[in-house]
Amino acid sequence: MTPLERNDRLIRIGLLMIALSAISILAIITVFIFEQGTPIMFKYGLKSFLLGRDWYPTEQSFGLLPMIVGSLMVTAGALIIGVPLGLASAIFLTEFSHRRLTRILKPVIELLAGIPSVVYGFIGLMFLVPFIRENFGGPGLSVLAASIILGIMILPTVISIAIDSIRAVPDSYREGSIALGATKWQTVRLVVLPAARSGIVAGIILGMGRAIGETMAVIMVAGNAANIPDSILAPVRTLTSNIALEMAYAGGEHREALFATGVILFIIIMILNTLANVTTARQRRK
Amino acid sequence: MSLRLKLKPKTEQKIIQVILYSFTSIAVLVLVFILVVILKNGLPQLSLEFLTRNPVDMGREGGILSTIVATIFLTLIALLVATPLGVGTAIFLTEYTTESWITRVIRFGAECLAGIPSIIFGLFGFILFVNKLKFGWSMLSGGLTLAFMVLPTIIRTSEEAIKAVPEAYRLVSFSLGSTRWQMVTRVVLPSALPGIVTGIILSVGRSIGETAAVIFTAGSALRLPTSVFSSARTMSVHFYIMAKEGISMPKAYGTAAVLVISILLINVTTYYLMEKYIRRKK
Amino acid sequence: MKTRGIIVRNFSHYYGQVRSLNNINLDVYRHEILGIIGPAKSGKSTFLACLNRLNDLIPGSRVEGKIEVDGQDIYGPDVDVVALRRKLGIVFATPVPLPMTIYENVVFGLRLLGNDERRELDRIVEDSLEKAGLWNEVKDRLHTSALKLSGGQQQRLCLARVLALKPEYILLDEPTSGLDPISTMKIEESLRQLKKDYTIILVTNNTKQAARVADRTAFFLMGELVEIDETHVIFTRPMDKRTEAYLEGKFG
Ligand SMILES: Nc1ncnc2c1ncn2[C@@H]1O[C@H](COP(=O)(O)OP(=O)(O)O)[C@@H](O)[C@H]1O
Ligand SMILES: [Mg+2]
Repeated sequence: MTPLERNDRLIRIGLLMIALSAISILAIITVFIFEQGTPIMFKYGLKSFLLGRDWYPTEQSFGLLPMIVGSLMVTAGALIIGVPLGLASAIFLTEFSHRRLTRILKPVIELLAGIPSVVYGFIGLMFLVPFIRENFGGPGLSVLAASIILGIMILPTVISIAIDSIRAVPDSYREGSIALGATKWQTVRLVVLPAARSGIVAGIILGMGRAIGETMAVIMVAGNAANIPDSILAPVRTLTSNIALEMAYAGGEHREALFATGVILFIIIMILNTLANVTTARQRRK
Repeated sequence: MSLRLKLKPKTEQKIIQVILYSFTSIAVLVLVFILVVILKNGLPQLSLEFLTRNPVDMGREGGILSTIVATIFLTLIALLVATPLGVGTAIFLTEYTTESWITRVIRFGAECLAGIPSIIFGLFGFILFVNKLKFGWSMLSGGLTLAFMVLPTIIRTSEEAIKAVPEAYRLVSFSLGSTRWQMVTRVVLPSALPGIVTGIILSVGRSIGETAAVIFTAGSALRLPTSVFSSARTMSVHFYIMAKEGISMPKAYGTAAVLVISILLINVTTYYLMEKYIRRKK
Repeated sequence: MKTRGIIVRNFSHYYGQVRSLNNINLDVYRHEILGIIGPAKSGKSTFLACLNRLNDLIPGSRVEGKIEVDGQDIYGPDVDVVALRRKLGIVFATPVPLPMTIYENVVFGLRLLGNDERRELDRIVEDSLEKAGLWNEVKDRLHTSALKLSGGQQQRLCLARVLALKPEYILLDEPTSGLDPISTMKIEESLRQLKKDYTIILVTNNTKQAARVADRTAFFLMGELVEIDETHVIFTRPMDKRTEAYLEGKFG
């Protein structure tokens, strides 16, 4: 081996070490969260964690069901609000509006993706919560408020990824359909959207991940009562809020139970990630 | 379905167009509304004094200097750690290996890391840096946690930027007698720089806006931080606490305005760089 | 009188399982211009890349047989590949100026060696650009981007960049294929001048160019060396029917 080759090999090894940092960090995070969170789950039984309805962490009652249901409810709510708005915007901006309008609006929407989540939460607290309280009743701090705020927060993600995947559909598809006498909307519905489907789905899954992982904005508008909400106007607590609300003062088993909350959140997110990876991989293969 | 069957395609198209138009307007208006509210209520609060004085009485009085300083240093620490790791990873993936199971594992790691919610990073940073490594609530703990959080962004943007460097440059560099490392440092990285910088700026934006991961690792001390081991409160955390506890809405709006303006400036710069860079490539 | 610089013996090259060069035997003499002609995909570029081991960079690339440059087996153990590439400089078909100034392009290879002595670099830049026939056109804008030069100027810059390294051999892969007649003429003129100091291998898709500047000419076809001889012999009395057919324009 010449000195140059030896040098090259050393650099390669060094870079490999660096390149392994992301996966190592992922591994360390996983290990830490699970190491801190699983013992208590097994001590009191998985069932009492996943299906228990009572969260009194200072009295050894660690039922996370209200938070699991809460997270799923607000995430579903966010999708119900964010996906139609986002998809409609993406379709409008790619297929029905002037190019110039799209050129202005797409960057604006993407810039708004950078607005910190606390700001969304704050706006929700100042405007949305009072609005709900006065017009629909209840405390205002509610499933509905959290869903709307999260739905707005995922808009930029959903719109921008949907625009990209709709744009990636070759123009020849559209021309073919129009040539056959289809209207523009028929073309979009029957040709463009099916072709862009997996990209759009990946965007939605990404938005879903963002919604389920969001913490600060939700805390500010959701009311945070650890009960299963009986209506969309009732307050709700999510897995993320559960951690953030109590972390500062929790100790002993209480803290371990918060890590257990983290474990469950982690598993849900990983399932979503894998789904997103699979869909984008399928898209790439096409 | 039945509705669709009854309508003429032309009519259907008209109706759909109206629906799409209104949905788009709602989406855009809501997003713009948020911006306008923050700026309208926040801008009047801004003054030189607000930016150059420390908070007094939990933020009821005074300015936000210490939180600006904390934000800048925390972000700096995060980038000092994440940039070499991210760019190094990108160089390895693009220049030092061919696609294999190793690259797939590395990419998988980065993609998963990108999907982890910030509160999990916060939990992790709290256990590892604050407790186990005994850094306490400090800018170091917060900065390292943020570094891990933005690492995937830097990897992805750097990789894209490096891949966009024409293959011919590499061949020319080798043909003139460069080693691989010289090729990377003298030809590839300078050409990829705008793209790499874009990723870094994007990460700055994320670090500035982050709350959940920071509040449990850097803490929320209002003092001007004096060392990396000082606990410190960033602008986002300060804003969160003031808004949540209702300490002072005017000051909260002011802080939010500074936060939003900095992030918008950063994102506009990124956007400009990306446009310029992509246009140049094409 | 004729010293042999490069000796190629029983040399074959593969991309994975596909053979691109088949049992090549030829010698290159010092201070000659060896022209290489042949239809596309006959292995001409691959042959050049084998001479300075740029083919190492292609995954799956593999060689058999032997190439000696100045007595050294270049595929032997302990070969300093970087030094080899400096010794056999190459100019590609499409001019590829690096995205930096004209000046920095020329001194790129020197800086790699850690040579940053300003006065010396200035001298080499002038000398190399002069030899490549570009000095007069660019001497007032050495510190502007090389990307702004015309195609013909860029190709001469690439030649100057190679000359700055003081190579022994200059390999040119269809260097004028994308250029206008005037730029082509300028480069051919430079090559005739450079012959005094360098050994040149000129791959060309333009047989007339070989006839104009090469001392000897080799004809490659489908990875094989069909024949090699004095240029006037190849063009007037080729031994092989295939050579004759190619020169009459019978292959694409
Ligand atoms: N990077 C490569 N990978 C695989 N095959 C290649 C590669 N480069 C060239 N080849 C093949 O090798 C043969 C010779 O190509 P080349 O040396 O470029 O010929 P020429 O320069 O005479 O046109 C061709 O069949 C070509 O397809
Ligand atoms: Mg060729």
